[in-house]
Amino acid sequence: MNSETFEPVRQELGKEVDAGLSTIEKTVLSDYKYGFITDIEADEAPKGLNEGTVRFISSKKNEPEWMLEWRLKAFRQWQKMNGHEPKWANLKFPPIDYQDIKYYSAPKQKIKANSLDEVDPELRKTFEKLGISLNEQKRLTGVAVDAVIDSISIGTSFKEQLSELGIIFCSISEAIREHPELIKKYLSTVVPPTDNYFAALNAAVFSDGSFCYIPKGVRCPMELSTYFRINAENTGQFERTLIIAEEGSYVSYLEGCTAPMRDENQLHAAVVELIAMEDAEIKYSTVQNWYPGDKNGLGGIYNFVTKRGICAGNRSKISWTQVETGSAITWKYPSVILKGDYSTGEFYSVAVTNNYQQADTGTKMLHIGKHTKSRIVSKGISAGHSNNSYRGLVHVNRQAENARNYSQCDSLLLGDKCGAHTFPYIEVKNASAVVEHEATTSKIGEDQIFYCNQRGINTETAVALIINGFAREVMNQLPMEFAVEAQKLLAISLEGSVG
Amino acid sequence: MLKIHDLQAGIEGRKILRGIDLEIKPGEVHAIMGPNGSGKSTLASVLAGKKDYEVISGTVSFLGKDLLELSPEARAGEGLFLAFQYPVEIPGLSTTIFMKTAVNEVRKYRGQEPLDAVAFLKMMREKMALMNIEQSLLSRSLNEGFSGGEKKRNEIFQMAMLEPRLAILDETDSGLDIDAIRIVSNGVNKIRNKNNSVLVVTHYQRLLDYIVPDFVHVLYNGRIVKSGTKELAFELEERGYDFIKNDQPLEQGA
Ligand SMILES: Nc1ncnc2c1ncn2[C@@H]1O[C@H](COP(=O)(O)OP(=O)(O)O)[C@@H](O)[C@H]1O
Ligand SMILES: [Mg+2]
Repeated sequence: MNSETFEPVRQELGKEVDAGLSTIEKTVLSDYKYGFITDIEADEAPKGLNEGTVRFISSKKNEPEWMLEWRLKAFRQWQKMNGHEPKWANLKFPPIDYQDIKYYSAPKQKIKANSLDEVDPELRKTFEKLGISLNEQKRLTGVAVDAVIDSISIGTSFKEQLSELGIIFCSISEAIREHPELIKKYLSTVVPPTDNYFAALNAAVFSDGSFCYIPKGVRCPMELSTYFRINAENTGQFERTLIIAEEGSYVSYLEGCTAPMRDENQLHAAVVELIAMEDAEIKYSTVQNWYPGDKNGLGGIYNFVTKRGICAGNRSKISWTQVETGSAITWKYPSVILKGDYSTGEFYSVAVTNNYQQADTGTKMLHIGKHTKSRIVSKGISAGHSNNSYRGLVHVNRQAENARNYSQCDSLLLGDKCGAHTFPYIEVKNASAVVEHEATTSKIGEDQIFYCNQRGINTETAVALIINGFAREVMNQLPMEFAVEAQKLLAISLEGSVG
Repeated sequence: MLKIHDLQAGIEGRKILRGIDLEIKPGEVHAIMGPNGSGKSTLASVLAGKKDYEVISGTVSFLGKDLLELSPEARAGEGLFLAFQYPVEIPGLSTTIFMKTAVNEVRKYRGQEPLDAVAFLKMMREKMALMNIEQSLLSRSLNEGFSGGEKKRNEIFQMAMLEPRLAILDETDSGLDIDAIRIVSNGVNKIRNKNNSVLVVTHYQRLLDYIVPDFVHVLYNGRIVKSGTKELAFELEERGYDFIKNDQPLEQGA
């Protein structure tokens, strides 16, 4: 659906123009809109977390015995760590009561509104600006939808096309049932339950997520996105995703929701694992726009995510791109273990915080193989009373001959009540490494805004242009399908913060 | 088109314009000349609505509207364009996107439908040809790392895209070599017609060889102290600004 509606526009623009334009230019020029697909589910587990909860979830998912055992082991691990949430991040939040949370529920339909008139007008305005259809607005706000939003046939035809190539793309629950050998071989090999508090929690209670397997030598012909996985189970608040790219394969995966999810679940703790074999490449893009809380800092999602990829084979490549505009708290460090020689890790990030949002995000690049390369581009935009921290680690092992890293961390401040912080950690154990770090902090200038005003552009739009310009290097990494929405989101999340 | 009456304005409590009177009719080209610091850019900024500047007294009507009441973006919507003496850099924003936004915002102001991508690119290509400008320049970050000549050509390209009723060119010739001046002037001349007007602000007479004014005014110390036809520009060139200065009574203190 999405890429199809987009194609004609791309063709209309013509080849010669196409060549000279960046992704962002193309997306701005194409006025592209797209919709979403999902399924609705109603089951819930009672509040609280104990062995019973873990068993409940596992049985809901019709999981085999070995999976239940795996979860229970993780649960015991988590119990041992209880009360030991990581404390090093530059974040302030009250203690989380883990017994006051529902661990299995359908997160996207928790607000029970009978019609859109009952939905927060602010939220509806945002929907309109994003150009989201009425039916879709209903779905996102949990209003019962009677019409079928999207046809199942689209999803099915994608699936057929993929399976002809031997690509497996399904929910992780389905993979546990249908492809146990792959799950047993790879699950938690990159992020073990013992890795950290939230990873242990996730392993015990994850409700769903995506599974992708790209066989040797296959180049996945489309961007894989959860949107296409129609009728797959809902991805819950504890998502778990596993992507395996076999030798010489390529896949680009899009995660996230560009529309603001109205969701009462306070805590989200996802785990994503990527595995790239020799000469394989995985590109993982996220647009995160969970509910950030209101203007006074009330409510909002706590988003604690562990994302890590391993460049297991020589010359493999993993690239993370993220646009983080939502959540009250973001704790997230998509990382790459550069194990294969000549492997490459990339991290491109835009994190926006407004009002009382807090973000502590960055990456870890662990250079183990020889001639490994990593590149970090982080753009932090802070407004209101928010706090935005970049935290990044570049580690070069003793054996990692000729490792290269380039990091660039830019902060843009809107107003003088917000904070931007940069915490770069560099550990170099091999003298042949070249590690470069650059950081800048800037503000939007009055002169820039006046220049735009003089061309007929109002201040709000001027700010949107300036911040999108600031974030361009990262936005250009996004697949077209995401870029338009991401740009609008940047503007929307900063509305009213200048001028 | 534009009627300025007794305009007095200043910045940070300091009076800079001390009573400007000027009328520009459709199709006319006016030049404002004057030594550095005489208030030329201040006049341009006040007309464009820069908020640092404070209007102390006087009136400005533009196409029958009270210009001073309008926001800067509304002034642009009404058809006022300022080619800046020092164009501002916006990292990461290409001229193409900047102009797509500007053209459609101005169209919205005028109650016109926005241009779609195809119509916009067609228009852009026409103006690029007219202004002798390459696509590669328009894809780069706005004004970032542009040479002086590129900045000024880009300003005139933007003017061509926005098709203003009144274009104010603030020292568009400064820092340009003679070839660049010729290109920029050609651009301006190509879009001139009987409905739009140009106010050329310049230090030197040489630009006026290419953009030939109907009237020349000399701004000195915040006042228009002499007006005439293009011959006045030659006179200034020959005798320098000193003869104006010497004609003036000593300033009675700011
Ligand atoms: N932002 C400002 N703050 C204070 N004084 C200013 C500012 N801008 C201009 N001026 C002063 O106003 C006077 C006129 O400046 P300007 O209009 O730039 O002259 P011109 O363009 O004719 O060279 C000068 O004395 C200049 O120093
Ligand atoms: Mg000046």
